[in-house]
Amino acid sequence: MNRPWLLWIPLAVVAFIGGLAIYGLAVPKDDQVHSAMIGKKLPEFALPAATAGVPALSNTDMADGKPRLLNIFASWCLPCKAEAPHLEALKSAGVEIDAIAIRDKPEDVAAFLAEFGNPFRRIGSDSELAVQLKLGSSGVPETYVIGGDGTILFQHIGDIRAEHVPMLIEKVNAAK
Amino acid sequence: MRTFVPLLLMLAAPVWAQGSGPTPALANRQLADPAQEAQAMRLMHGLRCIQCQGQSIADSDADMAGTMRAEVRQQIAAGQKPHAIRSWMIDRYGEWVSFEPDMKGAGLLLWIAPFLIFFAAIWLARGLFRRRT
Repeated sequence: MNRPWLLWIPLAVVAFIGGLAIYGLAVPKDDQVHSAMIGKKLPEFALPAATAGVPALSNTDMADGKPRLLNIFASWCLPCKAEAPHLEALKSAGVEIDAIAIRDKPEDVAAFLAEFGNPFRRIGSDSELAVQLKLGSSGVPETYVIGGDGTILFQHIGDIRAEHVPMLIEKVNAAK
Repeated sequence: MRTFVPLLLMLAAPVWAQGSGPTPALANRQLADPAQEAQAMRLMHGLRCIQCQGQSIADSDADMAGTMRAEVRQQIAAGQKPHAIRSWMIDRYGEWVSFEPDMKGAGLLLWIAPFLIFFAAIWLARGLFRRRT
């Protein structure tokens, strides 16, 4: 063989594939589906009130010049119960929070608020997941930072824990 | 007790963990026009369900898959082209939502890799045959 370096090609190919396999094992798997709507305006929607006594929610309600959080929750979702005290903490820190209740009944939302408190200014009811789809949201709970002009700035997937509270306050303040 | 507990378990009702709400009308109802329905069905097999991540929205029973099927059928019925609807989904969930990668970036490599390997194989085989003759 006049080109002995050719012999190394199969080894290089196998080493490359082996390297990919090791890389795949070493990098933690990200099962979350991130929204591609970050940096875009909120989609147009007008949801009915999720329960009596708390106003309904439309996209224009969130474009009043004040940055805020948009929490996607449901009364049937366990992590949503776990994050309730941290939403209260955010509210106490002066953060305005609107919410969308997913596949929920008015009486269930009322019972949820009675048990865990109501940190929300408005709650819209998305019973067919139509707005969740438009937001690029993949589940409950999720929390978005919405700019004063109605731009989606940040998506937090999963429940808010104590360690996320300062970060979310900072993101809302940074949007002012 | 040993027979009693399994009997009780049989009676236990599963927890309704997905909440309750109406299913969009077009989630499980075909479009009246068979050509449009076929178009929608083809697209739905190429879109990935957000909740049960390995399945297409055509195969999934998840609530979100139903909402996505309804969206696809609505847009098809309104005369929207399948590739535009696919882009609409990608605008919301990223490339991840499509089972058919675009011919750009890493996706381009996926599309051309078979041809590259094919031509490399021919080139290698050519060398082998030449030596034998």
